[in-house]
Amino acid sequence: MTNAAASGQSTVAPDRAARPFQFVSCMELREVLGKRAMDEARLLELIEEVSTDSIYYHTHSCYLRHAYAQSLYPNDFATWVAIHAHDRVLGEKLGVLDPFAYRSPEELRQDIITIMDDHLNRNPARYRYTTGEPFDFVRSHVIEAPLNRHSWTLAEFRDAVQEVEVGALYNHLCEARMRKTPGFDDFSYWIAAKDGLQRPELAGQVERVVRLGLNLEGMRARIVGLCDEELRRKRS
Amino acid sequence: MTDMLGQYEAVTPAGTVEFLRQLGRRLEGTRLLHVNSTRYGGGVAEMLHRLVPLFEELGIRTRWEIMTGSDLFYQATKSFHNALQGTSQRISKALLDAYVETNRDNIERLDLDADVAMIHDPQPAALIDARPPGARWLWRCHIDVSTPQSAVWQFLRPYVSRYDAAVFSLPKFARRLPVPQFIVYPSIDPLSDKNRELSIEQVDTILEKLGIPSDKPILLQVSRFDRFKDPVGVVEAYRLVKQSHDCRLVLAGGTAADDPEGAVVLAEVQEAVGTDPDVHLLLLPPTANLEINALQRAATIVIQKSVREGFGLTVTEAMWKGKPVIGGDTGGITVQLMHGYTGYTVNSPAGTAFYIKRLLNEPERMEIIGRQAKEFARNRFLITRHLQDYLGIMIQLARRTA
Repeated sequence: MTNAAASGQSTVAPDRAARPFQFVSCMELREVLGKRAMDEARLLELIEEVSTDSIYYHTHSCYLRHAYAQSLYPNDFATWVAIHAHDRVLGEKLGVLDPFAYRSPEELRQDIITIMDDHLNRNPARYRYTTGEPFDFVRSHVIEAPLNRHSWTLAEFRDAVQEVEVGALYNHLCEARMRKTPGFDDFSYWIAAKDGLQRPELAGQVERVVRLGLNLEGMRARIVGLCDEELRRKRS
Repeated sequence: MTDMLGQYEAVTPAGTVEFLRQLGRRLEGTRLLHVNSTRYGGGVAEMLHRLVPLFEELGIRTRWEIMTGSDLFYQATKSFHNALQGTSQRISKALLDAYVETNRDNIERLDLDADVAMIHDPQPAALIDARPPGARWLWRCHIDVSTPQSAVWQFLRPYVSRYDAAVFSLPKFARRLPVPQFIVYPSIDPLSDKNRELSIEQVDTILEKLGIPSDKPILLQVSRFDRFKDPVGVVEAYRLVKQSHDCRLVLAGGTAADDPEGAVVLAEVQEAVGTDPDVHLLLLPPTANLEINALQRAATIVIQKSVREGFGLTVTEAMWKGKPVIGGDTGGITVQLMHGYTGYTVNSPAGTAFYIKRLLNEPERMEIIGRQAKEFARNRFLITRHLQDYLGIMIQLARRTA
């Protein structure tokens, strides 16, 4: 059995894709909504009423904002209740949520509401606790710009992933998965695609990296590592 | 054309300059105008001197106009400034009239023709009366207006509400307004005299000139002698540390001629210091950029123990130099210092002393925090990110119009 067959890769996976991967970077412009919570009950009310753009910002943008430094939890609601509302239990319950397990920000919002509602009902004293630091709701506008980078082969793709601005990783891994093509990130989609590299096994491994809870630099390192492994296997 | 942007490639995260150029392409040929009230002195002018040529290099036709006014106008805007930051002021009708009339005069005098105008701070806010049809105007507020004196905010609000958008430095600085409010953090320029690399010899020479021996760990606070910066609290923290650790304290700052309180606070600090030869009070002019740079590079630990702070760019400056910073748990400092990761935030002289001692006892921790702080600053608080945010706002406004 060949290595490729053993790993489940197609034996006819092309060296060169029919369609190149075009890297597109993005930035986030933050807009404050003028909605502010000083306690957990108000936070819950506002989570119920703000737009999904704001839910998305507070649960996903931390991957871009904290690319080099993860905050306490990977979503703003969890971090705020743990640090400013001194409610570590709720912080832990919200902090463990995996935003990439949801197909839309609306689904994620519903789970956050359920967790908070249940927690507040069990701990009515929390209704009376006011914090010193407000939670300001923000939403973001994503502004894209295509980069002059097209990858036709796995080696080119690997080098580009290694070098591109962190906004490009955010765009292809987070934005794509939650807002453009729910459930799919652009990298694994292209790696598996018929007009891409036709490597479904590698695509599956890349997809799993997104779910590990790493920051973007961590995801970058893992994906480059997986590409290196695949290139080594191909050479041998 | 000089490749100014290219010089930032070595100090910014990978791909940053490439991305800026791509964003710039979307705005090529746009006529951008900045208006503020001074060309020299103050953080806004300092930043515009660096940003304007970068906009130009991206193909955005950028001009910078300065408004002028009488003493009465500056008296009015100084009072506005204090009132908007929460200090109670009595503002007479004559001052309000001077504000309106000066803005009206400047409408006649300035060339306000541009596709996008960025109007900085309250002084020129009333120029909105002269917005040309089709132009998009932004009010860029650099100060903390979260708890303003109501009368002054109510006076300014009708002007601000007519802009296409407002830009604040932190979400908590924003006000209720009927226009979109964007958030753009301030930044430092890593290539300026205040922040560029210096050799060990250059640092030593400057320290010698300033009379600071480098025989002991140096604790440094760079700030005006202002109660909000709590210099007396810093001296108190130093005294607590000094009981167990030999070190020096340097308080470097200045007092403005028009700030009578500055002299009072300086006198209080001098009294608190007494005759301790290991405490150095340095009164530096606003142009002492290299001196500040050298002091920050020579420092073992940098302190910014503010009890109220706008953003606190001295914190970023020290982070950029790889220094561990202990800062007051207030304003923009909390956005920069992620407690235990990129620095420490504290609420008292005792807390300050505690973390100074912890760091002095653990040099390896200092090294790690300093390294993480530098990477954090590189990623979030450099001028290239500032430029990127402004480009993003311009693109977003154009998108809305379309």
